[in-house]
Amino acid sequence: MTFAAKLAGVLVSFIARLVTGAQGHWIGCPPEALQRIYFANHQSHLDWVLIWAALPQDLRIRTRPIAARDYWTASRFKHWITREVFHAVYVSRQRTDDQDPLEPLLEALRQGDSLVIFPEGTRSNKGVPQSFKSGLFHLAEQFPEVQLVPVWIDNVQRVMPKGEVVPVPILCTATFGVPMKIEAGEDKRAFLERARAEVLALRPALT
Amino acid sequence: MTSLQSLNVEQQVALLFLMLFGTLALVSLAVFVRSLRQHDTTQSDLQLRLWRDLRALWLGSVVFWLSWLSGPLGATLLFGVFSFLALREFITLAHTRRSDHRSLLLAFFVVLPVQYLLVGLRSFDLFSVFIPVYVFLAIPALSALAGDPERFLERNAKIQWGIMVCVFGLSHAPALLLLDFPNYAGRGAFLLFFLVMVTATAQIVQELMSRWLRRRPVARHIDRSFSFRAWCSGALAAALAGGALFWITPVPAWQAMLWAMLVGACGTLGDFVMRALKKDAGVRYWGNHSSLTGAVGLLDRVAPLCFAAPVFFHSIRWYASLRA
Repeated sequence: MTFAAKLAGVLVSFIARLVTGAQGHWIGCPPEALQRIYFANHQSHLDWVLIWAALPQDLRIRTRPIAARDYWTASRFKHWITREVFHAVYVSRQRTDDQDPLEPLLEALRQGDSLVIFPEGTRSNKGVPQSFKSGLFHLAEQFPEVQLVPVWIDNVQRVMPKGEVVPVPILCTATFGVPMKIEAGEDKRAFLERARAEVLALRPALT
Repeated sequence: MTSLQSLNVEQQVALLFLMLFGTLALVSLAVFVRSLRQHDTTQSDLQLRLWRDLRALWLGSVVFWLSWLSGPLGATLLFGVFSFLALREFITLAHTRRSDHRSLLLAFFVVLPVQYLLVGLRSFDLFSVFIPVYVFLAIPALSALAGDPERFLERNAKIQWGIMVCVFGLSHAPALLLLDFPNYAGRGAFLLFFLVMVTATAQIVQELMSRWLRRRPVARHIDRSFSFRAWCSGALAAALAGGALFWITPVPAWQAMLWAMLVGACGTLGDFVMRALKKDAGVRYWGNHSSLTGAVGLLDRVAPLCFAAPVFFHSIRWYASLRA
């Protein structure tokens, strides 16, 4: 990791904390250096930065986001910040016949890295997460020893609504729940439904 | 008193801080010893609040010390940051809508810096009217341009209120530091100290008295401990504290006492108003650590200051203009 990348990392997390507080609530598990897949609701571009800033410093370096290759390698700066600062795992959105789209993720898990994924696949602004895509199930199936940690990210949509560029300072939280596993004999649909319910259960009660 | 007056400004300030931190340490120790003796669960709630007030007092003292060390520029910046954090907390719980985005950007990134810039430049006339007059129009105008009529008044009232409390109110604290009172130049820090001490005294005495008197609360649904007698005793205690501190103010003792009473009473009332607001937002502390935000509860701590500082500042200016 170069000095510039380190500096950029410090700067990004400082700004994230200044604007959102980036408070991590570890109610289901402590922040440990175990191999984990964090899966969260997706409402804004800032979601990843928020989780990343909420993690303790020493976990950040081994916790990686997924980035769309065509978008995040388009300019030199985008490529640099995703590669050097966030250590992103690149996936291509175009599907080719001979390659499993999950292959880069499996590779990262084989190396012992943790991942942050947003199983809805796209940003939603309904408040309630959409149904989960099956990638989470396949990862969990192939790496049963990796902890699956549900995360609820709150308030981010207010910081930067779709279509706005400048964020408004509003406090956000990332709530980390109890790690889950695929139950014996559980099929894909039941598992994804349960995973979604686990994420939703972490949502703070509306007052 | 003559030996005190023979000291120069620097030494007087050093003495002040010595007294301040010494007293705080003693009070904390006393409360700690009491908490060891007491295991009554009904008291624990008040005990908790007492601790919270003490923490606020420590925080306030350290902030004051820092703002003294760092001079006018540092003080302005420091309070600017506090304003920012307080407003962030306020807006978090105000449930704004998407169409408020631009108004909020204006509040955070234009209004707040400009207000503190005006403090730094000592343009106190513009500083006093900038938010109540100009921003008062700018925020709803921008909001109307966003084209969302739903709950328009409510949303804009919330934002304006937040700016008034967190930016306008709090910016009067560094303004005190920079105010040039006739024959009192360079001693603004004493005024700020006076303000902080007096509001904190009122706060703590009110808490203690409500505990001791156990009067019927005036507004049970807002605060279970607030009663008129406790409030009055808070104001009286503030007056006494102000009288004891008169030698750092530019006025005679009885006037210092009057000021202190006014400021103390305003501070505790301000805190009371904040409690009502919190009840409205459905939280106990602004920090709301259990569910939503994870803030540090800064607004809780600066609320009395936000309300007391403008009253103090403007009464001083008025008084100075009378004497001039």
